[in-house]
This record gives sequence, structure tokens and C-alpha cells, in this order.
Amino acid sequence: MGSILLFLSILAIIATLWLSRQGIASKPWLEQEAAVVLSDLPVQPADPTTIGLRIFLAVVGSFFALFISAYAMRMQLPDWRALPLPPILWLNTIMLVLSSIALQGAKVAVGHGERVELKASLIAAGISALAFLSGQLVAWQQLSDEGYRLAASPANDFFYVLTGAHGLHLLGGLVALTRTTEMAWRVPVPERLRLSVELCATYWHFLLLLWLLLLSIWLGWAGRFIDICRQLLT
Amino acid sequence: MVDVPLGSAGVVTAPDVEDVELYHPHSWVTKYVFSQDAKVIAIQYAFVALSVGLIALVLSWLMRLQLGFPGVFSFIDANAYYQFVTMHGMMMVVYVLTALFLGGFGNYLIPLMVGARDMVFPYVNMLSFWIYFLAVFILVASFFAPGGPTGAGWTLYPPQAITSGTPGGQEWGIILMLVSLMVFIIGFTMGGLNYVVTVLQARARGMTLMRMPLTVWGIFTASFMALLAFPALFVGAVMMLFDRMLGTSFFMPAMVEMGQPLDRNGGSPLLFQHLFWFFGHPEVYIVALPAFGIVSDLISTHARRNIFGYRMMVWALLAIGALSFVVWAHHMYVSGMNPYFGFFFATTTLIIAIPTAIKVYNWILTLWRGDIHLTVPMLFALAFIVTFVNGGLTGLFLGNVVVDVPLSDTMFVVAHFHMVMGVAPILVIFGAIYHWYPKVTGRMLNDGLGKLHFWVTFLGAYAIFFPMHYLGLMGIPRRYHDIGDMAFVPPSAHTLNAFITIVALIVGATQLAFVFNLFWSLRHGREAGGNPWRATTLEWQTPETPPPHGNWGRDVPVVYRWAYDYSVPGADQDFLPQNQPGPTRATTGAGHG
Amino acid sequence: MAVALILVLIAVGSVVFHLVSPWWWTPIASNWRYIDNTIIITFWITGAVFVAVILFMAYCVYRFRHQAGRQAHYEPENKRLEWWLTIVTGVGVAAMLAPGLFVWQQFITVPDDATDIEIFGQQWQWSFRLPGPDGQLATSDTRLISPDNPLGINRDDPKSQDDVVIEGGELHLPVNRPVKALLRSADVLHDFYVPEFRAKMDLVPGQVSFIWFTPTRTGTFEILCAELCGVGHPQMRGKVIVQEESDYQAWLQDKAPTSFARLTPDAMSGTAVPD
Repeated sequence: MGSILLFLSILAIIATLWLSRQGIASKPWLEQEAAVVLSDLPVQPADPTTIGLRIFLAVVGSFFALFISAYAMRMQLPDWRALPLPPILWLNTIMLVLSSIALQGAKVAVGHGERVELKASLIAAGISALAFLSGQLVAWQQLSDEGYRLAASPANDFFYVLTGAHGLHLLGGLVALTRTTEMAWRVPVPERLRLSVELCATYWHFLLLLWLLLLSIWLGWAGRFIDICRQLLT
Repeated sequence: MVDVPLGSAGVVTAPDVEDVELYHPHSWVTKYVFSQDAKVIAIQYAFVALSVGLIALVLSWLMRLQLGFPGVFSFIDANAYYQFVTMHGMMMVVYVLTALFLGGFGNYLIPLMVGARDMVFPYVNMLSFWIYFLAVFILVASFFAPGGPTGAGWTLYPPQAITSGTPGGQEWGIILMLVSLMVFIIGFTMGGLNYVVTVLQARARGMTLMRMPLTVWGIFTASFMALLAFPALFVGAVMMLFDRMLGTSFFMPAMVEMGQPLDRNGGSPLLFQHLFWFFGHPEVYIVALPAFGIVSDLISTHARRNIFGYRMMVWALLAIGALSFVVWAHHMYVSGMNPYFGFFFATTTLIIAIPTAIKVYNWILTLWRGDIHLTVPMLFALAFIVTFVNGGLTGLFLGNVVVDVPLSDTMFVVAHFHMVMGVAPILVIFGAIYHWYPKVTGRMLNDGLGKLHFWVTFLGAYAIFFPMHYLGLMGIPRRYHDIGDMAFVPPSAHTLNAFITIVALIVGATQLAFVFNLFWSLRHGREAGGNPWRATTLEWQTPETPPPHGNWGRDVPVVYRWAYDYSVPGADQDFLPQNQPGPTRATTGAGHG
Repeated sequence: MAVALILVLIAVGSVVFHLVSPWWWTPIASNWRYIDNTIIITFWITGAVFVAVILFMAYCVYRFRHQAGRQAHYEPENKRLEWWLTIVTGVGVAAMLAPGLFVWQQFITVPDDATDIEIFGQQWQWSFRLPGPDGQLATSDTRLISPDNPLGINRDDPKSQDDVVIEGGELHLPVNRPVKALLRSADVLHDFYVPEFRAKMDLVPGQVSFIWFTPTRTGTFEILCAELCGVGHPQMRGKVIVQEESDYQAWLQDKAPTSFARLTPDAMSGTAVPD
């Protein structure tokens, strides 16, 4: 359960830092009349949706951290036999990176109010994300053709379920991206469109990071990294 | 004293008048069925959760009939018994307590108490309820599925949960259960995001975190924990569903069932237990923390005294919330996991007793030198302390690894968790309903019926579960459909079982008086007015009662003080609402801090 | 007034019930008296806290009940009092935890002279395997289970020959000799639980868990399953018979003909090869 505990510790640190700036040690009963002071203070700038997405990403992070924990626990049993990674995964990774870059471009474009570039980047992001998903399906196909079917060994089970869960999350993101793209055609760059693009970009970057993490685990890099950390500590 | 720049905490400006217009519903359907008003959603959640609670109550009767009078009721065979046990447990823990505290009280109280017009994502909030409703529907549907509901115990431990020796294991029961849980979690995540972001982003001007009532703190912390803990159950459910339907081996080791080898290999049953309890233990506190928060406010209001040690109460809530994520394996001391984990988990588990104890001390210190009005909500709050302290202390037995060994999986455990996370939170729910019903409906619940309900429920529940500990101490295991004849069990234990059953039937029947009261008082209850308990928190200061959609009429309130200005020396009444500016209170007695 | 009185009655009544109720643990028959002692310590500490809290509450309810003209005392917090209470609680918790962890260390440290035995669970019966004269158990695997090899013992292991298999019967143990029970399950989770021994542990399919104890008293004790294992869970019973050393040896002699080698004739051919 190391990964989930690591993940939660990071969240706990963030929460503690945040709380410490909220006057968590103050004595509220002594602060009468303080509302007078308040009227001059600026209003919280962050949008609820942005905060909402960040918390949702924490939930998704927890979901995958738990899956990875389960994976790591299962991996330690002696009969673990890893499955070979189909090379197409590298192509898929490039697609996902491109998708993320395109959305970052869209974010910049919407900030500068450049509508043509915005539309182009949104479309590019959508297409490369679709390419990633189709590539994942091809990878599944190749694996099962080689006999690495679901239910043949625990390593396969985990591979299919984790890639599937990641793909479903991206699919959900695509729904949001489609709506954003649609908005880009209809609405003349209001705040809502900018927010929508930013949210999509954040979500995409998160899914890209997650994918790279999963890939590094399957490649054994994560395991080696942990071993090195352990050696440094001892 | 630390000088805090108030308002750095995030306040919103009062919406313009045009925005208020948004809160006018357009038709009957959008007002009562697909409503986006958090208060209506709260009532929908509460109504469904209480209905599920009634089903779970009936199931508990059936179980108790079998345990108290084994063999007399032939329709309660082993299959049916385990199905009742499982459904009772899962319904109560997830579909009643979690849904009621977070979906019910959270939706009703958070926006009102922090001075918001509504939740920040009203549409998502509405979806959350309907998805919850779908989850309940799937769960209840399993009663009518071929083979009936699952009988795997609410812990759903594999391999047993998905094998043929268990009711519903190779039929529909377990599948519907897992799907229902997954649907519930999706719905909850939508609601939970709302509760958390509303507290973070939609507080009224002047409502700093440390001015929030503890109810909001409790529900906020619990929602956050639930958002992070429920994924563990989700992951476990996905993997078990794969094991059950697609023949994977996440949790299924090589095994021979009834002489037949199964085509599985290398799964780890312990992996599921880790995932389950990684959700399951925080879940205990997801139910407990809102109860802690609510009971703090009940005690403070009805003892006319500020909650003692508010800061400590907040810190303790946060500490309990954080610690609850590192104690999960205390449910697994005898599970065959690495025995050295026992040292770590026993230590963390007993450490969590310290912040919990602080909360108990502060509740009773709030009573001390108070002005105690023994209203029905206050009675329930007092009863909560009794049962919670009792259940919490027996938790010290079970958390202390070696003491757990003889007691684990016996009736002692059943008595313990019913006392601490069954009876105690339910008493808080009752207290809270008596307390806030006037705000929801504009009328008081009948006091006489309330007192009858209280005394029977409290004393009855104590009489059910206190002696039950001793059956477990004697060694009677839990989840026995029929104790049968065990050499070490004296006949008097069977008499005790029969006694417990009779009390359980009485306590259960008394709940009908409560349900009757809920409906009767809707029409015939005494008019309550806006603030019948003379409480300080914002929900009692709404311009209209019951508050309409949008809560505050034209202007959202501005908060000038913390939630506990009761009996302030020098003030002309014994409470100062949070939105009341001045008068500056006398500086005497402002704490020894 | 009535409320305070009832609270007092609950506190006093609970203590009286604890002292006079006929329901108490069974007389111990193993070396785990320490566990009982830890429970007693815990009862004392928690009992005192329970009574103190409830009585204090009853006092408050009586003394500070609403009366005309009463005003509550305004005191937001009292740091000193809170810190004191925290420290006292911490000490109380440590007083329970320390002996608990100490005994746990013993519980998981198997003495060197413990005899290995195997306890095997399946839906819904107990089986046992004793090591025979060589004092050692052969390896096993669930995949080897068959009608004539109900415990899945590895025939290629020479140690398997003298293993004594007792299917669905009674477990005999010599008194005052430490036993390390290896726990295996063929199908689902079970839990080996003898109330008189205090000890219990799950049997997990796919792995071998263990538990150790020393029977200290002769007699017949009931084995219960304490982990839900399907509809037959309550019927999954067995017996453990603790005997004097001489009686035990006599019984073992009787059982020798049912050793694994004799039980499964083809096992003979299986082991003939490696030798």
C-alpha cells in the first residue's frame, strides 16, 4: 500500500500548508467586528470549477494509486510473470504527448484570443487523443493474438484493467473536449470558453503524467527507482 | 493571539439581484423531482436513506428472530439468514449512514450554515441524488434476482463472496451488489465534490474557516475523506467483478471447491481485504465525523454554552481524519497477514483514541457550568455520548492487537461496532432531525412522542448491545446462523439471546412512532418560527422559514462572529447570531488561552 | 433529575452487570494467560473511564439543568485543562498498548521446540496432518488435491511418507508441548478458533499462515470456524483432544497405519523413484 500512502501524504502536506494559511490556530471568539476589516479585502479569484477539477483529480489519483498499490503487492508474490509490452505503446505515448501539447497550445491561443489557432489546436488534440485510444486497442489486439489474454495470468489482468481504466478516463475527457470545441465554434471567446479550455488542458496533462507513470511501472523503471531510493536511505 | 487576515479564506460577493431570479423554479417537476435546490435534494436523500433504513431494520428483526428463537421460523434458513446479515450491514453502513449524513445533512446544512445560496454545482448535485437512487434500486433489485441477494457478509471477502457455497455467489446477488456499490461511489463523488468545493468557495463574507460551526467541519472533513477512501472500494469492486465475470485471478488463488478444482491461479484474497479496509476504516469516521460535528452543535445550543475548546475540536477532527487512513489493518490482525504489521497498526489505532477522547472531554466540559435545556435533541446528544464512549472504549480492546485475537470475529465485535457506529450515529441522526425539523418544515415535532421515542430507543439499544459483548467474550462467533450446541455455552446464553431479540423488536416498533411523528407534525406540529432554539448559526437566521430556493432573499448574510456566542457576558440575550454585528462583548472571560 | 438518575443507573448497572453476569470467558486451556491479563487491564482502565465520564455527565445534567435565572459560564477554552486531559489519556492508552505489544511479540515468536502440525480447512470440515516419527511435514500444494490426496500433499517429498492425515476428525495434542499449527485452506477463508485456547487465526487459500500455543490442560475442546465461509459456516466444527503424553503416543501408534503412505497406495510408487 506504499503508493497510496505516498499519494495521500502528498495530499496531506498540501492540505496542511493550505490550512496553515487559513488561520487554523486563531481564536475566533476574539475576532469580533472583524467583518468591518473584510469589506476591503479582495474576493477569492479562483473559480469553483477549477477547484472542483483539482479535487476530482485527487480522487482519480487516489483511484490509480490504489490500483498501483494492488499491483505492487501482487507483484511481490513469487509466481509473478510480467508480460511483454507491445512496441505500439511508444507510438501511443507520442500521440498522447502531442495531444497534451496541442491543448497547451489551445490554452495559450484562448488567452490571446486567437480563434483560428484555438480551433486548430482543439481539433489536433482531439484527433491525437483518438489516435492514442485506437492505438491502445491495437495493443490489446496484438497482446491477445500473442496469447497474453485477459485472465491468463495476474500480470495480464492488471495490464488490461489499468489501460482500460486510463482509456475510460480519457474517453470521459474527450466528451468534455468535444463540448469545448463545439463552444469554440459558437461562442465568441468569453470567459467560459477560456475556463473550459484550461480545464481540459489540466485534465489532459494529468492523464499524460498518469500514463507515463503507468508505463514506467510496466517497464520496471519505477521499481528500479524505488530500489535506488532504498539504497540511498540505507 | 494570531492576527488573521479574515477573508483570505475565500468569500464571494453577494450576487446581483438578477442572479437571485435564477432561483425561481419553473415547474412542479423542477421544484420537487429534478430539483437543483440543495435543500430539496437533501430531503430526497434523507427520505430514500430512511426508507432503506426501514428495510434494514426489518432485516435485523428477521436475523434476531432466528438468533433468539433458532428453528422456530423455518423460512429463515441459513441462506436467507446470511442474505439478511449482508444486506443489513451494507445498507446501514453505506446506503443509510453515509448517504444520510453527507447527502442528507450535508446538502441541507452546508449551504445554509456557510451562508451560500446553494451548492456550487447544483446540476451535478441533482445528478448525484438520482445516481444514488439508481444504486439503491439496483441493490433492492437483488432481492428479486434469481438466487436472491448476496450472502457474503458486508465485507464481501473473496474467494467466498464469488463461489457457490455462498448465496448469490455464483448467481446475480454479488454482481448486483458490486455494481450498486460502484454506482453509489460515482454518485457520491459528484455529491462529495459539491460539499467540499462549496465549503471552500462559497462561504459568506466573513465566514472564515475557524468561524464555521463544527457540523460543517465534520461534514467537510468526512466528505474529503470519503472522496479519497471510496476509490479503494471501487478498485476492489472492479477487480472482484472481473474475477466473477471474466475469470481473472486478482483475488482468486488456485482452489478446490467441493472437490472440483477451479481454473484460477495466483490471486491474493488478502489483497482484497487491504483494499476493502482501506475504504472500510475511513468509512467508520466518514460516519462518525459528521456525527461528532452535529452533536457538538446540539450540545452547545441546548446547553446555551459555547462549545468548549473549539480549536482543539477542529484539530482533533482533522487529526482523526488523517490518522484514520493509517489504521486499516487493525481489522486484519487475524487475517494471516504479516504479523509484524500488528505492532504498527495497534500503535496508530490506539493513538487515534487520544483525539477522540479530547472530543468527548470537550462535550462534557461544555455541559459543565452550562444552562442545560433537556430538550429532545439534547437528550439524544447525551445518549450519544453514553453509547459512543461505551463503543469507543471497547474499540480499545479490539485495536490492541493481542486483545483482539480472542475477541475478533466474535459477538464482541458485533456489539462494539453496533454501539459505536450504529447506535451512536443513529442517535445523532434522530437528535439532528428533532433539531432541524422546524427549519425544514416550519413546525416542531411532537415533544411527547419524541421523548417516548428517545427513551425506548436509547435504553433499548443499550440493553441490546451491552450484554452482547459478554456473549462474544465467552467465545460465541459472529455470523452464526445457529449457535447450536457448543459445550462452553450455558443455557442462560440462549435466554440472553431471546431477551435481546425481544428488546430489538420493541425498539424497532418504536421507530414507527418516530415515522408517524414525522408525518403528523408536518400538519399538526406547533408553529416553530424562524429560530425556535435561539441558536447562533446562520441557518436559523434565514429571512423565511422554511427557506426558499436561494436561501437568503435579496442579500446573502455577512458574518461577524464565530458560531458559538452563547451566554456572552454583557450581551442582552443569551445568544448572538453569527450575522449580528456588535455589540463588542465584555472582555472578561474571553478565555485563559 | 430523572435524566441524571438514569445516567447514574446506566453507569452503575453496567458495572454490576459486568461483575455478576454469568457470561464470562471459558476457563483457559493454553499458555495465553497473558492475553487474559491484558484484557483485565483493559477492562479496569476503560471501565474507570466509562464510569467517570458518565457520572460526571450525570452530575452536570443535574447541577446545571435549566432553572430560571441561570446563565451559562462563558469560557471558550482552557488550554491547561485540555493539555492535562490529553496527557492523562495518553498515559492510559500507553498503559494498555505496552503490555499488548509485549504479549503480541510473544504471540508471533514461535519457540524452537514447537512441533509442526497442519490444520486444513475446506467447506465445511476440518482436517489435520501430524508429522509422524520424522517430526516434519511434507510440502503441499492445492493443485495436487484429489480424492485420494485430500490435503494436496506432495508425493515426491520423502517426508510425506509418515505424515498422518486425519480427515474430518479429531485433533489430538499432547499436553504442555508447544505446537506450531500451519494453517491452509483449500477453498475460501476459514478461521481456526478454540475459545479455550484464546488464539485464533485465518486459514487463507493460496498461502500458509501459522499460530502457536501450548495446551496446558487435558480435555476435549471445540474447534469453531470464526471466519464466514459460506452457508455451512456454523456447522464447521471439530474437536481438539488434549491428552497426557503417554496417551497421545498410544493414540499416535494406532494412527500410524493411516499414514499418508498407507492411505494412498500410489504414493509408494511416487516416492520409489527419487530414492
